[in-house]
Amino acid sequence: MAIEVIKPGLATSVQDAGRPGYYRIGIPLSGALDQHALRAANWLVGNEEGAAVLEATLLGPELIFHAAAFVAVTGAEATPKVNGEARPRNESFTVRADDRLTFDYMKVGARVYIAVAGGIDVPPILGSRSTYALGALGGFAGRKLAAGDVLPVGQARPGARAGRVLAKGLVPTYPKSLELRVMAGLYFHRLTEESAKSFFEDTWTVAPEADRIGYRYRKGRPLSFRARKQPFGAGSDPSNIVDAGYPYGSIQVPGGLEPIILHRDAVSGGGYAMIGTVISADMDRIAQMQPNNLARFVQVDMDAALKARAEYESKIARMSSSLR
Amino acid sequence: MSAIRYSFGGDEHVFAEIDEEMSLEAFFKGMAICGELEKRRIAGVSEICPSNASYLVRFDPDVIPPDKMLRTLQQIEAQVGTADLELPTRIVEIPVLYNDPWTRETLMRFRERHQDPKSTDIEYATRINGYASVDEFIAAHSGAPWFVSMVGFVAGLPFLFQMVERAKQIEVPKYLRPRTDTPKLTVGHGGCFGCIYSVRGAGGYQLFGITPAPIYDPAQRLPYLRDFMAFFRPGDIVKWKPISREEYDRDVKAVEAGTFDLTIRPVIFSLKAFHADPGGYSRRLVEVLHGN
Repeated sequence: MAIEVIKPGLATSVQDAGRPGYYRIGIPLSGALDQHALRAANWLVGNEEGAAVLEATLLGPELIFHAAAFVAVTGAEATPKVNGEARPRNESFTVRADDRLTFDYMKVGARVYIAVAGGIDVPPILGSRSTYALGALGGFAGRKLAAGDVLPVGQARPGARAGRVLAKGLVPTYPKSLELRVMAGLYFHRLTEESAKSFFEDTWTVAPEADRIGYRYRKGRPLSFRARKQPFGAGSDPSNIVDAGYPYGSIQVPGGLEPIILHRDAVSGGGYAMIGTVISADMDRIAQMQPNNLARFVQVDMDAALKARAEYESKIARMSSSLR
Repeated sequence: MSAIRYSFGGDEHVFAEIDEEMSLEAFFKGMAICGELEKRRIAGVSEICPSNASYLVRFDPDVIPPDKMLRTLQQIEAQVGTADLELPTRIVEIPVLYNDPWTRETLMRFRERHQDPKSTDIEYATRINGYASVDEFIAAHSGAPWFVSMVGFVAGLPFLFQMVERAKQIEVPKYLRPRTDTPKLTVGHGGCFGCIYSVRGAGGYQLFGITPAPIYDPAQRLPYLRDFMAFFRPGDIVKWKPISREEYDRDVKAVEAGTFDLTIRPVIFSLKAFHADPGGYSRRLVEVLHGN
């Protein structure tokens, strides 16, 4: 069984639960930016939660199936169509041999996840099928999909069927304006008092430069760093530090101008002061932000971050027990 | 060096700043702590990343609570504080064609982003570091060996810190605005750090030359990449070897034929012995490369 790519969309790649363990040599986690949508899509078609799926950004692909399959589409609101006929989101459906799967434009949300029963069966590299495009690693030929690619699909599991539905109450919404919870820290103390406040007061707009590496935000007041004699080895700009490791979700502000939140294809380190980190429970929400969506950063402490994490996990658990 | 500054990076990371400024001592301490942490194989710890004068740990707070993670690191800090700073590692010779046509073509394309549009990067670095000629600069750059003090930014990219007294360290600013292109395997420099661009891409470091030796290859075609697709590890020691255009072309042919290899030797680095006689110790280290 295989799937042929007729049109790849804007940036569609093979992703799974990720590739931990190699960040120390600069190979990032990768994997679906929206892990909730990844699991939902996989469970709907009877796959393991971390099976490889297609992640499409802003514009869905056009695909032809070489054999019948069960498919589920989750994530951003974009109606899937089989031979031009609408199919439900968040519900598994059947495609037949030679059927063509297309998508309407994404009204809300930025990433659609397409799971096929059996999973996308590219060879695992370092324990994952995820694509890390900067390193030309994993996925299909180490890159985002192109027209003409033919993707192998694995063996569907016995439970796979059409008509499995994610209950309404379990479907997440993707507001165009939201709050992202941030633990201040790392080099937050390098900001002036005024900037330490304005960062959390202002409303920030997602810039067009928002991808799997990082999300850039603009239109808040510029941030200033405290003047100092720069330490040996740090660059000359006050926003520079001696190059250090960047946490996933960490926020850097090169030159004080535009905050960048690193996501799962993060550059693993560099010389820009990080002023805080988005909590783990909110990383999926970043993945579904379109350019021009709005965010406010809300400061939380570790206790609040752990509570949010527990809530996130209980939602996943509810979804798991309802779909499996 | 004062006590390590710890800060949580969200609910999944601890960031430990050993020192605000770069030094061999800070780098060594980070390596020692990361080495010990690795040895303990603590459940829930998924990434241990030493980097220059700091390190980063990623953990699962559902498996090891954040305060327990932090206490563990503080306890390791206390334990390695008195340890003898010795590092069993390897030294490798990396051939470099300085002033090569490819990085020259690239740096000329981005001249308007540079501090000194009228000279090349290596001429600029020569002048602001007080060397009389580019040849003298190359002799200093390729003289004393360098530590790989961090691997990252992108896959397999080594940051390098030269083993010389601070007064002798080469320092250059990064480009005023980053380039959108850098040839693969360019040897660059920014702040006090050298680097090799493991893949083609954006960058802000000054460009000095290019190596024929691939250092990252998911297909693992060369002998020294068979163990792992990225060659460099934090703690490796690098000695640059200036080569001619003929040697460069010969090496590139060997890379294409799959016969190219690097000279790599095991070595134990002692910080104490280095500080007692930096020049002499570095020379002895380099001799290991070509000794029997």
